[in-house]
Amino acid sequence: MSKQVRQLDRVVIRFAGDSGDGMQLTGDRFTSETAQLGNDISTLPNFPAEIRAPAGTLPGVSSFQVHFADYDILTPGDAPNVLVAMNPAALKANLADLPRGADIIVNTDEFTKRNLTKVGYQASPLDDGSLDGYTLHPVALTSMTVRALAEHDISKKDAERAKNMFALGLLSWMYSRPYESTIRFLERKFATRPALAAANIAAFKAGWNFGETTEDFAVRYEVKPAKMPPGTYRNITGNAALSLGIVAAGVRSGLPVFLGAYPITPASDILHELSKHKRFGVTTMQAEDEIAAIGAALGASYGGALGVTTTSGPGVALKGETISLAVALELPLVIVDVQRAGPSTGMPTKTEQADLNMALFGRHGEAPVAVIAPRSPADCFYAALEAARIALTHRTPVILLSDNYVANGSEPWLLPEIDSLPDLRVDFATTPNSEDGKTFLPYLRDPETLARPWAIPGTPGLEHRIGGLEKAGKTGDISYDPANHDFMVRTRAARIEAIKVPDVEVDDPDSDARVLVLGWGSTYGPIGAACRGLRQRGLSVAQAHLRHLAPLPANLGEVLARYQRVVIPEMNLGQLAHVIRARYLVDAISYNQVRGLPFTAHELETMLEEVVKNA
Amino acid sequence: MPEATEPTGGATATPVALKLTAKDFKSDQEVRWCPGCGDYAILAAVQSFLPELNIPRERIVFISGIGCSSRFPYYMNTYGLHSIHGRAPAIATGLAVSRPDLSIWVVTGDGDALSIGGNHLIHALRRNVNLKILLFNNRIYGLTKGQYSPTSELGKITKSTPLGSADSPFNPLSLALGAEATFVARTIDSDRRHLQSVLRAAAEHQGSAFVEIYQNCNIFNDGAFDALKEPETRDDYLIRLEHGQPIVFGSQGQFCVVRPPGGFGLAVRQTADVPAEEIVVHDATVEEPAYAFALSRLPGFALRNTPIGIFRNVTRPTYDRLVQEQVESARAKATGTPEEQLAELLHSGDTWTIL
Ligand code: SF4
Repeated sequence: MSKQVRQLDRVVIRFAGDSGDGMQLTGDRFTSETAQLGNDISTLPNFPAEIRAPAGTLPGVSSFQVHFADYDILTPGDAPNVLVAMNPAALKANLADLPRGADIIVNTDEFTKRNLTKVGYQASPLDDGSLDGYTLHPVALTSMTVRALAEHDISKKDAERAKNMFALGLLSWMYSRPYESTIRFLERKFATRPALAAANIAAFKAGWNFGETTEDFAVRYEVKPAKMPPGTYRNITGNAALSLGIVAAGVRSGLPVFLGAYPITPASDILHELSKHKRFGVTTMQAEDEIAAIGAALGASYGGALGVTTTSGPGVALKGETISLAVALELPLVIVDVQRAGPSTGMPTKTEQADLNMALFGRHGEAPVAVIAPRSPADCFYAALEAARIALTHRTPVILLSDNYVANGSEPWLLPEIDSLPDLRVDFATTPNSEDGKTFLPYLRDPETLARPWAIPGTPGLEHRIGGLEKAGKTGDISYDPANHDFMVRTRAARIEAIKVPDVEVDDPDSDARVLVLGWGSTYGPIGAACRGLRQRGLSVAQAHLRHLAPLPANLGEVLARYQRVVIPEMNLGQLAHVIRARYLVDAISYNQVRGLPFTAHELETMLEEVVKNA
Repeated sequence: MPEATEPTGGATATPVALKLTAKDFKSDQEVRWCPGCGDYAILAAVQSFLPELNIPRERIVFISGIGCSSRFPYYMNTYGLHSIHGRAPAIATGLAVSRPDLSIWVVTGDGDALSIGGNHLIHALRRNVNLKILLFNNRIYGLTKGQYSPTSELGKITKSTPLGSADSPFNPLSLALGAEATFVARTIDSDRRHLQSVLRAAAEHQGSAFVEIYQNCNIFNDGAFDALKEPETRDDYLIRLEHGQPIVFGSQGQFCVVRPPGGFGLAVRQTADVPAEEIVVHDATVEEPAYAFALSRLPGFALRNTPIGIFRNVTRPTYDRLVQEQVESARAKATGTPEEQLAELLHSGDTWTIL
């Protein structure tokens, strides 16, 4: 039977199932195949904090959404065109996000009376007409997989578990994805268990062939490659990109990297990744607690390494005192906060931007630090390099505010030439710096950066003592002098303000916008997509996005003043808006959402349309 | 940064005689402890002991937390870092792991190390990081003006416990031994010769060396250790541990330490009542920490039977060395310049090319 092939410009697929169904892996593989094809991609994994929540329940549902297109896209998509639901819970948990007409592929084997009751279905939604508005594809995924693997020498349980590969095969067929990378992946993954490798590959092929032969799937789709700048790409998550950025910072500075970390969701993957790169002189230490993790990193910085600590919000709270010490010692230190929904344990696997206040202000005393935030998964690489640049050049702690959305989401990354990366080499102090050339003054500053010399232990003649007690300018000796303290507090603030950061760029293609949308961090994609939508409908809107939160770009005040209205969407209750209002006396509109999920482009577009029409 | 020169971790003596003196280790800062404080004696002992290590000053680092004792680094003409309360072992661990060419000394107190910083102390000891940890135990909070500490005796009356403290103290050595510290010793501020002999052994030790120093706070807890200092009681109360020697003490050698049958630990007996072969011969190298632990439990009421000296001195791989070895062997296997390796790393995994 020859199938109809239909061209699409974009598709959003959501794979949903039980935590144990392997949905993250399935989504990941589909993404990789899609990347190979040259589509632009954006992904959104969404999983529970529990490792194995009770099977078949709503809290146990894990999903992975992938958006791919033949043009450049900015978000993982608001609403899926296709839902793959491995059980009734996955259907129930995701149905509300589906537009009418969407395709739903369900694993009918799991729609048993027991499983239906577990999630509160009185009757099976497959039969009661409640899914009439959708294109339903009932597929006996489990039993077909088991049957396809009958000849394989594996347990029934292993055969059942391969159903995700059957589903992947089916979807790969449906969207004409190249599958070689998945076959290679399975061979690698089960290298020590060839029977399982063969079975999973067979399940994948069975799914593919099922699509080819069954009449239920009459149409096959194609999404042409996107026009992307030439070069070599790989698909990358934010946490992986951030880790590579830290490795790159070590290479470009010529310094050993020391990572002190304590396991915490969603930052642990950075520790895992960096622990693999020892050949670059990267040392990782899993410390006894968050405080020790940053303490060890600071100790390594004191000794001349690039000290890094990675954590999430609760960890930053614990590290606060040590960050203040680093402010007083004026040593380089990179603190990565992969934000998650708080307060307290909150929702550890969900995203939020609510640690901005803590990053900017969350310490005792006047303890200013530099703060930056990446805007997308691949941007985490460059944000890590920028954090290292500021830390090393200005001898200051830098807080890098990632979040769960960029950390676990992925996108294609155009791999950079190494030579194009910033040169981060530093000069350690080697000789006395006083006018008479005899004594070493640890707090004598560079007139431009206001940074003090980095004199590491082992350097003859520069023995000196530093500490958390207030220091006299220049000598660094303990000082309780009132005027000196006032001077030092102001100097530490001036040091951060002296950091040169690029001007914020404004995207205002029509040059006549009256409304500016200002964002920071991971909201870049949804805001950009919303602006694009408005412009396509003939409305003018300008977008500016902040990477540097402290210090703010020098031109920001002037940019804000150009627009009638400034709108600031944030996944918090208005933390950046607060800063902007206080600092620039701009009556910004703060638009907020804290659901643990990124904004949808649609909701932002609707909100912005109101503002634009009334401006 | 300087290359690591010692394969074993920690700075060792240079081949050239440096001819340093105690004066070379005095910084230009005015010492600001209360007159009569035991810290002065410890500072002087350390300053006059360090020259004999023949380690250049720039390779020595003192790291402290918060408290009276933690002002120590300011007075040493070496590298020094006065950090935050309780965190010195963590900070020193990061330095030790990344700089095996340094001799790193942590100076801490009973509040700093055993209360707010207890977690870092036990983890540094279990990891066996190459640090010399000097715990000045004065059994009181001095810098905050006289609250009881985690080593104050039960029932201690202080500003914060007017009716007496209700919590049992830590025995710092028992705690360190529980964490399986590889070097554990005790000494006293006023006995310079003994103090220096313990420091010498600590400096030679590969790994964490934990040294408790009984220190008199003459302002808030004066005379806490007088029984171990006064000529009338001193000899009868103190057990001076000597490796390889039978543990006999008292002004007339009238007491000894035995292993009573049926018990778990050690006990003190009249030497006259015990056959010579039943007297325990001190062996600091016993692998099993239970022996040193039993020694640490000997002190009874009012400091009677207090052992000083080296309780335990065993060898175990150090954390910093094991970590460095992993990095070194990974580096040895790598080929190409760091830039080439980085390019290769960025291009690893599934990539695709758009022309
Ligand atoms: S308060 Fe006590 S421990 Fe502190 S300096 Fe004074 S005498 Fe020494």
